[in-house]
Amino acid sequence: MGDPALRGAEWDFVGARRRLEAKPKSAGEKLTSLDDAAARVVDGDRVAVGGCLFSRTPLALVREVLRARRRALTLVRNLTCTEGELMMGAGAVERVMTAWMSIGLPWGVSKVMRHYVESGAVALEEWSHLALGLRFRAAAMGVPFVPALTMLGSDLVAVGGMKTVADPYSGETLAAVPALFPDVALLHVHRADRFGNCQIDGYPHMDADIARAAATVLVTTEELMTDDETRRHPDRTVIPGFLVDALVHVPFGAFPHECYGLYEADFDHFGDYTSSIDARGPEAAVADYLARYVYAPSAWDDYLDLFGGERLAKQQNQARELTQ
Amino acid sequence: MTQPFTSAELLAIMGSRVLRDDTTVFAGVGVPLLAAALAQQRHAPNLTMVIEGGIIGPRIKPGRLPISTNEMRAAHRAQMLPGITDTFLFAQRGFLDYGFMGGAQIDQYGNVNTSVLGTDYWKPKVRLPGTGGANDIASLCKEVIILTAHEKRRFVPRVDFVTSPAWLDGGDARRRAGLPFGGVSRVVTTLGVFGFDPQTRRMRLDALHPGVSREQVREHTGFPLLEAPSVAVTEPPSADELAMLRTLDPERRFLG
Repeated sequence: MGDPALRGAEWDFVGARRRLEAKPKSAGEKLTSLDDAAARVVDGDRVAVGGCLFSRTPLALVREVLRARRRALTLVRNLTCTEGELMMGAGAVERVMTAWMSIGLPWGVSKVMRHYVESGAVALEEWSHLALGLRFRAAAMGVPFVPALTMLGSDLVAVGGMKTVADPYSGETLAAVPALFPDVALLHVHRADRFGNCQIDGYPHMDADIARAAATVLVTTEELMTDDETRRHPDRTVIPGFLVDALVHVPFGAFPHECYGLYEADFDHFGDYTSSIDARGPEAAVADYLARYVYAPSAWDDYLDLFGGERLAKQQNQARELTQ
Repeated sequence: MTQPFTSAELLAIMGSRVLRDDTTVFAGVGVPLLAAALAQQRHAPNLTMVIEGGIIGPRIKPGRLPISTNEMRAAHRAQMLPGITDTFLFAQRGFLDYGFMGGAQIDQYGNVNTSVLGTDYWKPKVRLPGTGGANDIASLCKEVIILTAHEKRRFVPRVDFVTSPAWLDGGDARRRAGLPFGGVSRVVTTLGVFGFDPQTRRMRLDALHPGVSREQVREHTGFPLLEAPSVAVTEPPSADELAMLRTLDPERRFLG
């Protein structure tokens, strides 16, 4: 199918291990500001984004990466939503590795994705949902691939250049799903202490594997908890502090996407956004959106003011009602 | 011909009838989830729904149907939230009896395309959203059921891109690709119900919905269809099935 998409560094488990061995794995203070955290993302990075579709997306971090005008990034996300569209519109990404991209059924196929991918401006490298999960899992395990039964016989095999392997015991053909070691992980969690020990409520998605797979881990948290709270419920910690490089306390850090139990996604906002794309075309509409929501408000609180407290409160109530 | 139900209602009801009790089903949002919820309420109380976002055993709240497979509405009163990778691994282990799927294109061997239209993947005529979990569902469930509108542009001799494998090139091609189990067993459309010849794995007309003719089916299918020795006629949706289904989606978000 043409593009030899797989680059060695994606599954170089020895190189990825050396990178970790060379880096400090501190149990100390991780709290910092959004711009300091996002400054650790550099041009050309493979950036893995936690959550899934419009659930627990680390939008405050994504916004800060866009404000820093990063270029030539590879975005890796299981199901890609508006954050991917904004990265495309801002010219920040040259490749998106994902299983699916659009907002959701009611909003149709993403016109932004179609525009940038059909024109060849951005390469969309498609993997199955399980395959992407196993790519992070293999990396989290520190091995170059895991055998699996996904993607076999399909045309997806050629897109990402996945190889197969013969089972040394039975001779059966298996998918050799290659590890994917991201340069940076961007994650949003419900609770963390200042040392970076993280708790997640509701859907775990792939965040814990991504944190183990990436060379650098940047986290935003809805709530800052005490060291004592962590130690009273150590079974709730899904990412230990020594994996985390930077932590920022950002309430509503995924808005207008959802955060399980805390606030529901703002579907009206998605509707306004896609109506504007329908009316004005993907490039102009996304450029306007970026100007208004990404470049103009310098602080996250200024960004949240654009939605207003009433709307945030309404989304909180709906989340409470759904998870009670 | 006007009927007292919509295409989506017909597909949800026909889909629900396939599901037996004491089984598990991998269901996507929209019509598949409605089909599973209806089966659970009517004849399969011990059916467990599994949703791709990492949800096991949700109770769908009437009027608050989920829009995506990984949001709070999909997890309402769920029994477990295991994470996405581990959810699919239940299917790889063999715990999932049924998987529901739809798609932009489907071919005579049941393969489905949800990736690109056109012949060059990297320069597609139309870029579609992609596989999501469809490839995994098609690869890993014991039995896959496709629910789709029956249109000539969808029913093509060969899909532009095999996103989700059914019987590949027919015969034992699936087995040779490394998938010794599973495959599409049934295609439920707005015109009828289709199976596959056990040898060639080509699509076969098994049953027509009431009032639909063979000619109509042929007209809307872009490849030659096999026919079962005796083509049956399906039972139309009952008043009871329709009433239950409509209670689940009172705003008709997915029922049309």
